[in-house]
Amino acid sequence: MDKKIDEAQVRKVAKLARLELSEAEVEEFAGQLSAILDYVARMNELDTEGVEPLAHCLPINNVFREDIAKESLGTELTLANAPQQDGAFFKVPKILEEP
Amino acid sequence: MRDKIKAGEISSVAATRAVFERIAKVEPIIGAFISTFEEQAIARAAEVDNRIAKGEPVGQLAGVPIAIKDNMCTTFGTTTCASKILANFHAPYNATAVAKLMAADAIIVGKTNLDEFAMGSSTENSGLKRTVNPWDIKRVPGGSSGGSTAAVAAGLCYAAIGSDTGGSIRQPASLCGVVGLKPTYGRVSRYGLVAYGSSLDQIGPITQTAEDAALMMNVIAGHDPADSTSVDEQIAPVTDYLAKLDEPTKGLKIGIAPNFNAGADEQVRKAIDEALKTYKDLGASLIEIDMPHLDYAIAAYYMIATAEASSNLSRYDGVHYGHRTSQPNDYIEVYTKSRAEGFGKEVKRRIMLGTYALSSGYYDAYYLKALKVRNLIRGDFVRAFEKCDSIMMPVSPTTAFKMGEKVDDPLKMYLSDIYTIAVNLAGIPGISVPCGFDDKGLPIGIQILAPAFSEDKLLRMARMYEKQTDWHKKRPLIIDE
Repeated sequence: MDKKIDEAQVRKVAKLARLELSEAEVEEFAGQLSAILDYVARMNELDTEGVEPLAHCLPINNVFREDIAKESLGTELTLANAPQQDGAFFKVPKILEEP
Repeated sequence: MRDKIKAGEISSVAATRAVFERIAKVEPIIGAFISTFEEQAIARAAEVDNRIAKGEPVGQLAGVPIAIKDNMCTTFGTTTCASKILANFHAPYNATAVAKLMAADAIIVGKTNLDEFAMGSSTENSGLKRTVNPWDIKRVPGGSSGGSTAAVAAGLCYAAIGSDTGGSIRQPASLCGVVGLKPTYGRVSRYGLVAYGSSLDQIGPITQTAEDAALMMNVIAGHDPADSTSVDEQIAPVTDYLAKLDEPTKGLKIGIAPNFNAGADEQVRKAIDEALKTYKDLGASLIEIDMPHLDYAIAAYYMIATAEASSNLSRYDGVHYGHRTSQPNDYIEVYTKSRAEGFGKEVKRRIMLGTYALSSGYYDAYYLKALKVRNLIRGDFVRAFEKCDSIMMPVSPTTAFKMGEKVDDPLKMYLSDIYTIAVNLAGIPGISVPCGFDDKGLPIGIQILAPAFSEDKLLRMARMYEKQTDWHKKRPLIIDE
């Protein structure tokens, strides 16, 4: 049977997910994800014509609150877990090329 | 325990010390905790004792040693989600459920192991440590709240809280022989619970008895302005779950879906049938119900939950917090390598699956289809509850399985969630209650389901069963060894 998702697709999805995969993982995931998607395809046995998609089960919609300014975490706490920081900023590698 | 501490019969310090003595002895075998806080716990216990001695008012859980699943934020210690990517993460605030436990004067013993980001059914997906089942240390405790259920079963705390996205409280509770309640979606605040599948996640208690679960619910349930999906109490009031706990439900109508239950192992089915007989002897009537869409719950769940997960876990970017790769060649590699190094295999698999389900060209066929199937599944429950007060079924098709038995076959692992998953899709509450053992001495749980926001009735049903049996009093031998 054809695989639902081949290795090229796995690489493409990994790129979308910003996830670096080893060649071994690409191969493994192609097999496993295909098996899972084959199983998931059983949903097609059900006629869902006219059925509304259900995103959540709550008896509530659009929760609003008064727009009141509140204390926020503050720079120190916000940066406390940053892998790299520089003063009051998160530090990342250079994004723009030199001109 | 709470009553004894409040009455001054036993001090909280003594109870807490006893727990840590047991942890010192048993925890090296069980591996339930990612972190423990002995010094802080005993200091807090002493403070509670002091207030009791002075006759000052104390909270509902005064002095009781309690454990927290390590996917809930605490300002003390780390909040790791059992992931390498968060191994050194110090949360800047407490989860609301944790804050409520502390406000009720509970003593936080430690934070328990889980499948990484709560993704799994055996706790084997933890990136940090291994937890075993206290009933048989070669077997899994279930998951993902396996650390919490193992800790309660092995007497390493008096109660714990876990989270349940597809069965992660109920299934490990069943496999470890303890009580586990997944409340209605929206009953307990998710603020500070690290998100996995946001429309499915719910925090709930793991305890030795239904009574303890009711007490825990009294503390953690309720609206929280910080979580817009926690339900307003004007829509669904929170009741005192202990108040009518001992009143049995009269004329109870129990719904059974025989075809669906047939998939469970023979010994599990036998224990469930025995439990149903107990309810019948108490005056309940059994009604056959038809739940035609439950067979599709796993398929829908693994699209919806992974789609939500792929979005939720995009926050681990190697920039704001968490692990960052040491030598990225460019800024893209900060993302791709940090995530590759920080996430374990199951987390990667689910991110991939969810990203695929949401990707252009596949969205309608997978994600949207799954949301429609979700509506059909909810319809099954709505129709069933027109005929009965409760639905009962197994929690897990098998008792605890062996370590490593299913790790290489993700689909097989997913299928072990068959009885628990639909409940999350429908948003209703469910409880796992111990109802027997198989011939290997492994615990079996019965799952009791009820309509949304009727946790009070659910707990009463569990309580009326517990009064007739002593399954919930059985403890694994490891406590005495």
